[in-house]
Amino acid sequence: MVYFGNVKPIKGKIHIEKDRCKGCAFCVEYCPKDVLELSEEFNVKGYHPPFVKDEDECVYCQLCESICPEFAIFVTIKEEEEEGEKGESRP
Amino acid sequence: MKKEVRRETKSPMEGFLRMDRIPHIWCPGCGIGTVVTSFADALKKSKIDLDNVAVVSGIGCTGRVAGYVKLDSFHTTHGRAIPFATGLKLANPDLKVVVFSGDGDIFGIGGNHFIHAARRNMDITIVCVNNFNYAMTGGQVAATTPLDANASTAPYGNFEFPFSLPYLAEAAGATYVARWTALHLRRVTKSIQEALAKPGFSLIEVITPCVTLYARRNRLGDGLNLLRYYYDKTVIEHGADTRTLDISYQGKLVCGKFVDKERPTFLDAMDEHMIKILGDKYVRYGD
Amino acid sequence: MKADPKGVLTGSHYIDGDYAIAEGGLAAGCRFFAGYPITPSTETAERFAERIPYVGGVFIQMEDEIASIAALIGAVWGGKKVMTVTSGPGFSLMMENIGLACMMETPLVIANVQRGGPSTGLPTLTGQQDMMQAKWGSHGDYEIIALSPDSPQECFDLTIEAFNLSEIYRVPVFVMTDECVGHMHEKVVIPPAEEIEVVERKWYTGPKDKYLPYKLDKDGIPFMAKAGDGYRFHTTGLTHDERGYPVINAECQAETIPRLSDKIRDNADKIIMTEEDQIDSAEIVVISYGITSRVAIRAVQMARKAGMKIGTMRLKTVWPFPEKRIKQLAKKVKAFVVPEINYGQVVLEVERCASGKAATYHVPHLGGWVHDPNDILKVIKEAAK
Repeated sequence: MVYFGNVKPIKGKIHIEKDRCKGCAFCVEYCPKDVLELSEEFNVKGYHPPFVKDEDECVYCQLCESICPEFAIFVTIKEEEEEGEKGESRP
Repeated sequence: MKKEVRRETKSPMEGFLRMDRIPHIWCPGCGIGTVVTSFADALKKSKIDLDNVAVVSGIGCTGRVAGYVKLDSFHTTHGRAIPFATGLKLANPDLKVVVFSGDGDIFGIGGNHFIHAARRNMDITIVCVNNFNYAMTGGQVAATTPLDANASTAPYGNFEFPFSLPYLAEAAGATYVARWTALHLRRVTKSIQEALAKPGFSLIEVITPCVTLYARRNRLGDGLNLLRYYYDKTVIEHGADTRTLDISYQGKLVCGKFVDKERPTFLDAMDEHMIKILGDKYVRYGD
Repeated sequence: MKADPKGVLTGSHYIDGDYAIAEGGLAAGCRFFAGYPITPSTETAERFAERIPYVGGVFIQMEDEIASIAALIGAVWGGKKVMTVTSGPGFSLMMENIGLACMMETPLVIANVQRGGPSTGLPTLTGQQDMMQAKWGSHGDYEIIALSPDSPQECFDLTIEAFNLSEIYRVPVFVMTDECVGHMHEKVVIPPAEEIEVVERKWYTGPKDKYLPYKLDKDGIPFMAKAGDGYRFHTTGLTHDERGYPVINAECQAETIPRLSDKIRDNADKIIMTEEDQIDSAEIVVISYGITSRVAIRAVQMARKAGMKIGTMRLKTVWPFPEKRIKQLAKKVKAFVVPEINYGQVVLEVERCASGKAATYHVPHLGGWVHDPNDILKVIKEAAK
């Protein structure tokens, strides 16, 4: 990781509500960092929810969260979560 | 049975939705949920007091939006969301009234109400989800179905000429008209923000995938195929002449903000006029 | 509570029924009117449009009657008392949303200044041909209240009563007058505001997160809220449960229909207003309403002069129909005579309630003018045979 002065790239942690997913793959298609992929597992409705293929690449752009029609995926900022904050990690 | 999952964090949409009614009824690949998320984002960014927002829907797939948002919401009769919203706004002008309904509801059966509310410059915001058919009832042809597209009541292809919604809105007198697709998430949010902040009649048309009906009947694939079509064929032209915005079947989609002008709203015009004519005797509305 | 003096035009006036309806609405606290012009009711809208800038409110002429009723329902949920006025063709257009108003339990007042029908019919001439439509006009099972004034004074009084009933029972109330009464000029005395009782809406005042829009109170009627108060409620025209959320199954329907209907059926005794005269000794009872009741008085006078024992019952409330009273009377009297300006509407209800115990005679007039008292007298004589 290269640091430009005090600028640190944000990292995101992805939360997926697997059972609400209907397998439309919008998040998979439009993630700019190719972080998601449809899994092989089935959820309760029989769809393939996505899984996080490469967690380190997520830059918290929140596009998956905005595009999901099922309100089934959202992102939180990773660094502050690791510092122990619960649930308040959204600006 | 869904397992109770202990969550450290909750989805930001949960404060905005009636969680006891989620999951919603919309199909896989349907874009309405995306538009609702863009709408929620717009409300958050506008910092409007959510107690002051009322959502009015008609009948149809998009009409179900009223039932899922945790705001004062009304699921009214087919085509009559706009006059209902008119009454609601006139009764309590402090409310921000948003009509969230589909193309068939607003421009088919509700066409007359649309043009009159636009003519009067009622201070309401219309978010019209356009999926080019009457989806809820099985994919019938609508006033927005492109020429040659298939629909259940146009089984040999549509031979009727469709509306161009921004053209109709501008002609009727709307003061803010924009068109986006469901893929243009942030731009839809920005348009809704601008429309909410602007007094007067605003229309935001959002072209949205309808997988189970429109796409299936026309063999267009699934939600992703439609979003890819939007990506490939969208051209953004702010301020374009609304006479040139027709959508042909799988053709170019001209999106952008087309109309943003100033005109007194119904209540402003009423007050101004009555004060001019009646002077001190006029009891201003709300006194 | 007392009426707001801003809307009360206290004094003696020489006005027609249409104007009296507008004045009644303003006195009752109506501050929103969405309507569409239709003969013979337009004068009410015109009067309201003239008066409202001095009182404080909104008059809007919508693009059609469908938009009018939709705007009315929206305005009620925005917190206002609302009314409109129409006639036969407009009444028909409003029916779908009247059903919505019933389903959402929305208080509002619609005055129908009836004219000859069906369809465009006799726009400038009287009729009483929408009486059944008031009850059965919209699809589905529901109950409404319909009042029938017989004079401009009563147009004023019953419009205020209509507003009060609509607020108490959270139901649309119809003021079923007709072109004769609507266009008749008579003395209307409007009392001072302190003498007019108006009923305030049943507002919910409890904690915001515990609000259930359709949870019944002890009197069978839920508390109401309005948009903007932070209750974040949802209401729909779909069959819904206590939370206002749509529930599409037979069980929910089985709870919804009684919720909409029983509040009227169980309180019918409190709602029904009738005027009876010489009923106790009567052999024949003339049942009438609206303008026809004034014509019937002459026929009854002639019959009484000839020595017949005639009682009269004037229906001020047509719906809910005074079933109990008619059933009671059917056991004592020989016959009912029902003159009305239609081909047989309220007479069917009388016949149903009489269930054969007393004969029922209809005196139709097909519309366009009022009865000739001699025609009513002829039927009374026949009933006496």
